[in-house]
Amino acid sequence: MNTPVRTARARTSRLRRISGTASVHAVLLGYTLIAVFPVFLVMMNSFKDRRGIFGEPLSLPHAGTFSLEGYATVLSEGSFATYFGNSLIVTVASLFLILFLGAAAAHALAEYRFRFNALLKIYMIVGIMVPIRLGTVAILKLMVDLNLVNTLLALILVYTAQGLPVAVFILTEFMRTLSRDIKDCARIDGLSEYRIFLEVVLPLIRPVLATVAVFSMIPIWNDLWFPLILASSDATKTVTLGVQQFIGQFTVNWGAVLAALSIAILPVLGLYALFSRQLIAGITSGAVKG
Amino acid sequence: MTQTATDSAAPAALRRRRKRAGRLHIVVFLAPAVLIYTIFSVYPLAESLRLSLYDGLEDGSAVWIGLGNYATLLFDPDWARQFWNAFSNNLVLFFVHMVVQNPLGLLLAALLSLAPRFGGAYRTLIFVPTLLSVVIVGFIWELILSPLWGVAETLLGAVGLAGLYQPWLGLESSALVTVSLISVWQYVGIPMMLIYAALIAIPDELIDAARVDGLSGFAIFWKVKLPLILPTLGIVAILTYIGNFTASFDLIYSIQGALGAPNFSTDVMGTLLFRTFFGQQLQLGDVHMGATVASMLFFIILVGVTIYLALVQRRLQRYEM
Amino acid sequence: MKRLLMTTAAYAALSLAAAGAVAQTLTIESWRSEDQAIWDEVLLPAFEAKHPDINVEFKPTAPTEYNAALNARLDGGTAGDLIVCRPFDGSLVLYQKGHLAEITDLAGLENFPSVAKAAWSTDDGAETFCVPMASVIHGFIYNREAFEELGLKEPQTVEEFFAVLDAIKEDGSYTPLAMGTADQWESATMGYTNIGPNYWKGEEGRLGLIEGTAKFTDPEFVKPLEVLARWSDYMGRGYQAQSYSDSQNLFTLGRAAIYPAGSWEITGFNKQAFFEMGAFPPPVEAAGDTCYISDHTDIGIGMNAATEHPEAARTFLEWVASPEFAELYTNALPGFFSLSNATFEVKDPLAREFLSWREQCESTIRVAHQILSRGEPNTWNNLWTVGANVINGVMTPEEAARTLQDGLAKWYAPQKD
Repeated sequence: MNTPVRTARARTSRLRRISGTASVHAVLLGYTLIAVFPVFLVMMNSFKDRRGIFGEPLSLPHAGTFSLEGYATVLSEGSFATYFGNSLIVTVASLFLILFLGAAAAHALAEYRFRFNALLKIYMIVGIMVPIRLGTVAILKLMVDLNLVNTLLALILVYTAQGLPVAVFILTEFMRTLSRDIKDCARIDGLSEYRIFLEVVLPLIRPVLATVAVFSMIPIWNDLWFPLILASSDATKTVTLGVQQFIGQFTVNWGAVLAALSIAILPVLGLYALFSRQLIAGITSGAVKG
Repeated sequence: MTQTATDSAAPAALRRRRKRAGRLHIVVFLAPAVLIYTIFSVYPLAESLRLSLYDGLEDGSAVWIGLGNYATLLFDPDWARQFWNAFSNNLVLFFVHMVVQNPLGLLLAALLSLAPRFGGAYRTLIFVPTLLSVVIVGFIWELILSPLWGVAETLLGAVGLAGLYQPWLGLESSALVTVSLISVWQYVGIPMMLIYAALIAIPDELIDAARVDGLSGFAIFWKVKLPLILPTLGIVAILTYIGNFTASFDLIYSIQGALGAPNFSTDVMGTLLFRTFFGQQLQLGDVHMGATVASMLFFIILVGVTIYLALVQRRLQRYEM
Repeated sequence: MKRLLMTTAAYAALSLAAAGAVAQTLTIESWRSEDQAIWDEVLLPAFEAKHPDINVEFKPTAPTEYNAALNARLDGGTAGDLIVCRPFDGSLVLYQKGHLAEITDLAGLENFPSVAKAAWSTDDGAETFCVPMASVIHGFIYNREAFEELGLKEPQTVEEFFAVLDAIKEDGSYTPLAMGTADQWESATMGYTNIGPNYWKGEEGRLGLIEGTAKFTDPEFVKPLEVLARWSDYMGRGYQAQSYSDSQNLFTLGRAAIYPAGSWEITGFNKQAFFEMGAFPPPVEAAGDTCYISDHTDIGIGMNAATEHPEAARTFLEWVASPEFAELYTNALPGFFSLSNATFEVKDPLAREFLSWREQCESTIRVAHQILSRGEPNTWNNLWTVGANVINGVMTPEEAARTLQDGLAKWYAPQKD
């Protein structure tokens, strides 16, 4: 059976497979380096003194250049733990509202036929098209009237309003593709419309929810504008605002600036590492398959 | 009128029961989202856009001038020059994202969907820049590309290309493309994740069937997988279009400033809008012209989204069937 | 420091108990985030020691966001009680809109010359709305050790200036000029309005533009652009992408010889530079010419018309107008020169050097700031862009001057043809 030709062919195909795998890894590894290198560069240089940062930006810190002075400045000048807590509360709460309320609205729009359905859908996604920052003054006046200035709730409400259009847009698109049979079966089983949404639909759209979550999270976490306008007090400051103000205060002190950047990056990475498993589990659960 | 799309097929018992349930649940599902969105987004935005129909007087009051501000924006030489310059810069930005970011995202997603070893690690790490604030991204890339720090130059030198180094962010010819590529670096994770999610949702049976038909891996990708993920690619394209007009502001503002340096070569609708609306140094904010720029931005995005909904999405849906 | 704070706090608590009053808290809006420590540790404790019933907090916003954020907060009614004022139209508009309170009769304002108050008064000078805090003076800071090493002297004339630059360039160990064009504003601020007054004779040229008797296309306004165009040969490689903080670092790390400066750099440079620094005023065309310096009224402070504590805010402003604040501020922040008539000793040698030019030279303010940047296109924005363009060599000085003049003529009646 093992004619020489066959073995040769098997070998070439194995070789091809190996070289294929190698090139897959080469591309992925190459791009991963591009993605991570700048972040690594900042962290590495945050452990050097000012001359080390400028003189040898690409070398690891060594005895001559190692310095924790930047971190000392950051820790003595800014309360980054509070800022981080604020960012976390705002982001998580807004995300929850965007996903839950967005999914409920998308479900209603995709599932039921009622008057003005199409119009309402357009209404809900129009908000994608105008940067919400333009409504700043009206939003601020509203928050003053509601007595919400310098509270995290003000930020949560604005971010929820800002995130809903994209969430509704993506979620209705996907919900339309859900099979109706499952829902109708549930109806025959006597489940209420609410339970159908909570127990049938939500689990089915989990992967999309995870995607929407990642999407919505980024502009919220990174926003500079609304924290500045609505909640710039020390007690409600977010990490992004804290870092930005810190950079303003220590423009020339790059050791401190790099340390502040590193401190701001690390928790996000940790959080993402934590979320990432959930996210991928969501995506790969394959609920949409079939 | 309250009925589900499947009425015709639903058994009579089910129909009766639904009638009894009424339509309260629809209100319950919709009300919270619609309320928050209306109060904290639509109302403030409408307030602002309304201002575009007025002109401010010195004492702070306003007078209705119809479309006068739009005429100024489009036909006054100074305004029109800024407007069209910003608009065309946005188109360049969009173009770079469409030819670099999205194909790159597709490539990475396709490779990741082959489930290589360490796939999870690659995926996680490539997504890292997306999580960073523009404050951080701007600062990092200014440092790397800085002529003073010399990181870019040293790195190019390591592969014998030091001669290629230019102060890219400072040259009119290259600043816009450089900023676009920084944005690609930051956001490529988004199309990658969306496409990856779509790719792994393709039923295995379909791919097995194609394999039985003797298609190579490459052919399976082009002929089976790609058509199936077209709706996702459509969503990616329209999100890129919208983000290009709205989200691009922060990065450009943080790296190149409110005037889109050098010589307005990186000025986009977002920066034009910001300095018009809020002012810049001695330039006083003009809410009325600012609102006009904002409304134009709104119309431009509306046109794009309409085209997408009318043409692309309809065709894609036919594909799916 | 901590002890000082604690004594202050204890003192405050005691007097509170005695007076039975409730402490009022005032917040200051400012764009000077670099000054946080000085306000917290020097200025505010000094005020609170005298007025234990008033607690003041300094809450700066980054300069790039200051105007936008302040306007939004004023419109929304959440702005601080005390507002640090940009000069001229930036604050005039706030006053006209009713956001800043009138303080014309504030005790202590008589300590300031009318030229200082002009930056924060209505065009006719009748109503004043901010207390002048400080001006900044332009010139050049240099690395004294580098000059000694190369045997160079402070240049007096333009040609000497370029001879010095040539010598530094030839030697090669220092970048002659630490400036870049990436952020654009340095070209206008440290470039054009720094060296320009010597050509347009300070106030004479500036008022000529306002009255319509001079134009940006006149030789005295084109020449400084021509000189600026020559700077690029002496700036660092890749200066087109060199940012403001890059330039600061380049100089304070001892890698550049001359830094086109505003005096506000002194505080930071004293901390960062490890070498001795000197300063010289913008060189004149021919030896013996009258010299002109840009002594720019840069920063003032007013009160929010909507403050809930108008009495306390006025008390604070009166303190800012006092000789005590003038001395404290000028010495805490060398490079920001009080505009008060009060006499006191300036301790920092570099700051003293800048200040001494007021004796030898005629003072003027930045050319585009009063009235000329009131319309669209904005003259000051135009100056940023064309200034950088001229240095980058993408625009000739004549084209740049034409852009400035056309922009101004478009909306400013006295300049319309």
